[in-house]
Amino acid sequence: MSDHKTMTLTLIVWRQKNASDPGKFETYTAKNITEHHSFLEMLDCVNEDLIHTGKDPIVFDHDCREGICGMCSQVINGAPHGGQDRTTVCQLHMRKFKDGDTIYIEPWRARAFPIIRDLIVDRSALDKIIQAGGYTSCHTGGVADGNAILIPKPVADEAMDAAECVGCGACVAGCPNGAAMLFTGAKISQLALLPQGQAEASARVRNMSDAMTECGFGNCTNHYECMAACPKGINVKFIARMNREFLKAQFA
Amino acid sequence: MILDGKCPTGPIEKTWDKHRFDLKLVNPANKRKYNVIVVGTGLAGGAAAASLGELGYNVQAFCYQDSPRRAHSIAAQGGINAAKNYPNDGDSIYRLFYDTIKGGDFRAREADVWRLAQVSNNIIDQCVAQGVPFARDYAGYLDNRSFGGAQVSRTFFARGQTGQQLLLGAYSALSRQIKLGTVKMYERREMLDLVVVDGVAKGITCRNLVSGQLESYAADAVCLCTGGFVNVFYLSTNAMGCSVTANWKAHRKGAYFANPCYTQIHPTCIPQAGDYQSKLTLMSESLRNDGRVWVPKKKEDCGKHPNEIPEDARDYYLERKYPSFGNLAPRDIASRAAKEQCDDGRGVGPGGRGVYLDFADSIKRLGEDTIRERYGNLFEMYEKITDENGYKRPMRMYPAPHYAMGGLWVDYNLMSNIPGLFVLGEANFSVHGANRLGASALMQGLADGYFVIPYTIGGYLATVKPGQAKADHPEFKKCEDDVKSYNDKLLSINGKKTVFEFMRELGGLMWENCGMARTKESLEINLKKIPALREEFWKNVKVSGSGAELNQQLENAGRTADFLEFGELLCRDALHRNESCGGHFRVEYQDEGEAQRDDVNYCYVGAWEFKGDNKVPELHKEPLTFENVHLAVRSYK
Repeated sequence: MSDHKTMTLTLIVWRQKNASDPGKFETYTAKNITEHHSFLEMLDCVNEDLIHTGKDPIVFDHDCREGICGMCSQVINGAPHGGQDRTTVCQLHMRKFKDGDTIYIEPWRARAFPIIRDLIVDRSALDKIIQAGGYTSCHTGGVADGNAILIPKPVADEAMDAAECVGCGACVAGCPNGAAMLFTGAKISQLALLPQGQAEASARVRNMSDAMTECGFGNCTNHYECMAACPKGINVKFIARMNREFLKAQFA
Repeated sequence: MILDGKCPTGPIEKTWDKHRFDLKLVNPANKRKYNVIVVGTGLAGGAAAASLGELGYNVQAFCYQDSPRRAHSIAAQGGINAAKNYPNDGDSIYRLFYDTIKGGDFRAREADVWRLAQVSNNIIDQCVAQGVPFARDYAGYLDNRSFGGAQVSRTFFARGQTGQQLLLGAYSALSRQIKLGTVKMYERREMLDLVVVDGVAKGITCRNLVSGQLESYAADAVCLCTGGFVNVFYLSTNAMGCSVTANWKAHRKGAYFANPCYTQIHPTCIPQAGDYQSKLTLMSESLRNDGRVWVPKKKEDCGKHPNEIPEDARDYYLERKYPSFGNLAPRDIASRAAKEQCDDGRGVGPGGRGVYLDFADSIKRLGEDTIRERYGNLFEMYEKITDENGYKRPMRMYPAPHYAMGGLWVDYNLMSNIPGLFVLGEANFSVHGANRLGASALMQGLADGYFVIPYTIGGYLATVKPGQAKADHPEFKKCEDDVKSYNDKLLSINGKKTVFEFMRELGGLMWENCGMARTKESLEINLKKIPALREEFWKNVKVSGSGAELNQQLENAGRTADFLEFGELLCRDALHRNESCGGHFRVEYQDEGEAQRDDVNYCYVGAWEFKGDNKVPELHKEPLTFENVHLAVRSYK
């Protein structure tokens, strides 16, 4: 509220007109920011100032602003989503910063995610991985009763742990190899844990792994940066499970 | 004009089965000759595109986000209803039907609601087959919980992320069809016009949001699955990109807009913290299963720490006013009750705009771990936003615009009054009447997408020759030219106020004068002020950059321009409806504080026809008849 003291911050933001523009950092000042501003609301305020002074506002992806759609994607001071545990940029609040701070803001940087403009990147490679096999091939209609398949709670819970992935790509941005193995491993594990996923398990892991490579993602060398960056706390054990599934598929 | 919903007649429990049999079929070999456009990839659009692609139609699907997985259905937390009666607590298709008709305050069509209740069970099976990780018990059976407005446990859920998991299920089915080549997916596209050729919907005009290019797509049918419009209030629980634009463009091309005044205000959202705020965050009403809602009895206690206010100084007003439903009273009732307490000066938190939602009793009864297991992610979200720990002190909540029951008018086949234009999910008006019950939005989106449109679209397509309109038809060029000159105009104004400033102003007017409580006077104020604001917008808005590039200001300007037209229609509808029902509460029409319906004069769907810019729209009526549920005063006492 207005009775709170406000902060003034220096923002150093990556600006890039389009994919072929080399891009550069620009410096801006954010004024009258309270601890209750979310990070994106802080950027909204900066953009309103830029528009009033006739400058191009900073372009960034965002939509639900409640941490679930996976659209927002910024590297803040070197950390995807700003480094707060289990938090997307839109849920990061300015109480995590101090008056006078300098904040670096960059887009996801990975070979498989070309920059579109400023902080917006093209993440369609993640969709391609899902298209390669991140589903059960059931038809609409003509399926069994939901209770015909028994799934004990611990199994359902673990599948849900994997299914929480919002597909934001922070794992890729955090990984020194630009790997998408946490993303892919989470989907493979969700379906590998569930009885419904068994029929296509071998083909799924092979096809999704191939798609990962074709899209230009790197490989896992156990840095665990993905798990640290993940706003949903997806565990690296799902990468291990993917590797196990992959090995199993070689004999299937 | 009296509108005909083309509902099947006869015993209600046979209507859908009989209608399905009566519908014409498209021969399997002919399906691939038909092109179908699906706009929006939420639960309705994603499910429709996947199912229609699987049937063999050529589908083109569109979304404004960078991936079809991000549509705002993803934000639904609480759950999805189905009449499975797994808990053996007395549920049935008939009861779900009855609850939905009653919950909607008798302003929905019986046949549509029956169908929804009937297919609800198929949805759960479908999602399970897709690998949606619904909550299960230790023996492996599906778990259920109770939810606002229902006295049985019929809600299926996946932690606090049910919408996300259901959408990912639909997205996975869609991804499979994309891979198979039956669906062509167009991301980062915004529909900016509906192309109507000789009175029939034949395609859309889109803006490629990356390149700025205008693109035309032709088809034999167009499905709008474009969600709701409550961002007209500026601050709502909707995503930032949610708009009325696609629906409004269709309305301007002749599609009737039904019951726009039926808007839902969700009772449990995190209160606003400041003027800079961009959106409000909803906390699932499943929290009301274990949380108790209260405010201090005395105004002077409002400033105190809640834990210092003794039990006998607290007013558990929902339990007091509605003893049989208590904290689970339906959303419209719970929202208005919260507003009443705050208007009475007993609200808590900044500006006195908040009520407490208290878990202390449940934690005492069940332990903190159980509460954490049920709602952990919600408590976490609350703490991130407010910096307060909901396990240690009661959460603060306030109502916020959340869902649109009104939408484009459709008949029983989900087809609008424009042949070839279908409308699914929240974008249509069909099943929720004047108020939607909790966990019913997900049910409707998936019902329309998986189990209704695959049948009803065939009934239409079987009557038209495929490929009649192509994108080189002059009407497509005309629509592109119109969109281009519209955008050029927005870019050329170069005024002093930003798009957000206008949107905030419009939202303020809507919330103040057409929000939770409406009066003739407040609505008449809006009918003067909104056109004036619209006029100012077109003289004084500042939109920089060009149309031929990624330009978020231009996107928002277009959406705001549409809201500035639509907001007026919403107020006009609210003014004409001289009764209170569901989410539409007119202060003049109440009985001891409870909404007073007028079934003699207003038991109809009000569908508005666009008559031109700044012209009064024309009202058409579709009378509602109730043969299976007795029209009665809706009481939750």
